[in-house]
Amino acid sequence: MSGVQTPQRPRETAQPVRNAGLWRTVAALLRKELLVELRTLESVPAMSLFALSTFVVFHFALNRNSVEGDLGAGILWVTLLFAAILGINRLFVADADQGGFDAFLLAPVDRSAMLIAKALTLLAYLAVLELIAVPAFALLLLGAPLGPALPGLVTTLVLADLGVAVIGTLVAAMAVRTRARDLLGPLLALPLLVPVVIGGARATSPLLVQAHPAGVGGPAIRWLLTLGLYDLVFGLIAFALFDFLLED
Amino acid sequence: MERSSRPFGYGNGLRTLSVVTVIAIAVALGLVFFYAPLEAEQGFLQKIFYVHVPLAIIALCGFVLGGLLAIQHLRTRDPRWDMRSYVVIHMSLIFAVGTLITGSIWAKGSWGHWWVWSEPTLVSFLIIFLLYATYQPLRFAIEDPERQARYASVFAITAGAFVPMNFIAVRLSTAYLHPRVLGSTSNLPGPMALTFLVSLVAMALLFATLCKYELTAKHTRSQLRALRRRLSGELADAPTRPRSAVPAIQHAAAAPARAAGRPVL
Repeated sequence: MSGVQTPQRPRETAQPVRNAGLWRTVAALLRKELLVELRTLESVPAMSLFALSTFVVFHFALNRNSVEGDLGAGILWVTLLFAAILGINRLFVADADQGGFDAFLLAPVDRSAMLIAKALTLLAYLAVLELIAVPAFALLLLGAPLGPALPGLVTTLVLADLGVAVIGTLVAAMAVRTRARDLLGPLLALPLLVPVVIGGARATSPLLVQAHPAGVGGPAIRWLLTLGLYDLVFGLIAFALFDFLLED
Repeated sequence: MERSSRPFGYGNGLRTLSVVTVIAIAVALGLVFFYAPLEAEQGFLQKIFYVHVPLAIIALCGFVLGGLLAIQHLRTRDPRWDMRSYVVIHMSLIFAVGTLITGSIWAKGSWGHWWVWSEPTLVSFLIIFLLYATYQPLRFAIEDPERQARYASVFAITAGAFVPMNFIAVRLSTAYLHPRVLGSTSNLPGPMALTFLVSLVAMALLFATLCKYELTAKHTRSQLRALRRRLSGELADAPTRPRSAVPAIQHAAAAPARAAGRPVL
């Protein structure tokens, strides 16, 4: 197709193709990621299964049939965090092992596209994970009704997922081409994600109680602000630094 | 010919700096034990404040400084900035261990527990320490020196920005119990504030001296290795570097063609 068009538009050949379509590149990469995941089913089923098993483990470890409040929020967030770590660890493995990085670097496109596409991929994984894990949590362990808590919980989850996706992508890109990537990924990611867990758990724990005094208020606004600020700062950092991880 | 033993000038001023540091620490300790008044509630135990808080402040500043030096490394691609960033972070990590130990002793003395979760500064510090504890393993896991330097800089910048963010998040999450550092200095009576400031300066000098010693030692060792390689007739640029977390340094002595080049530090 381009062979037909180039003689008609000779001026455009001098223009670098870089930056020509950042979002088109992102869309192409995202499509590829989701297609690969749909065909191999490597990450999301493992993450979901892991979350379910963790709920069972928590049931026996705590010897409780139902949890609520602080304890409930803690279990939910720890489970989601560790399940997310599984996805983070796998995020770049195919690119590192099967030449995806090389192919991407050969293409004349903006490298930030890969950060955005991978972060969106991880965000999609997390969304699917939570679609499975949160109802399962409500069914298996939660002693409080989920319905009234849902709007606040979803808001918090979205904000927290953004942070996990950005930090997870940065950390995964950093860890994947080291010798001990399976060890370094979680080691790097956990401390960086502690503030996300703090914000998420504190925001959701008042939502997961049995008797809501005068209906459920939203999650405390300062926790949502903290999460949002954290997402923003690390989004900018990842955007500024990601290119340096892809240079060779 | 006095300089011939240090032809690249990276040990310059080390002796003066060391002497000044020793004097500053002596003055600070003198003030702590003989000038600063005993605190009414905690008595003698409060003296650890003059060690613990400066250690913590210098360690945190060192972490942030390591991030700034890493920015400089990514901008210039000069491995010397990576070396500085590495040394500053390494030294800050040691200071952070000191902070955690002195903090635990103080907590045991004044609150009766070695570790207090309700205390945001302690908890933030532990999280930051855990994050930076992965700096060396990360470096060690990457063999190619250039990529190691680049990845380490990305880590240092991310972690440097994480330091203040983490403090905000953890402080929001817990009740205030710890003496606020900045608030407490402005509330301190005159002699205590003076002692604290002198201790802080002494600690900063100690940090600078130790960093300079480490830099000098690293450069000297790698230069010695390069000279030894040349003596034994090996190829100067042969990849004989063992796997290491320490930044690689290109030495003038290693490549005779560049022998007249700029100083290494």
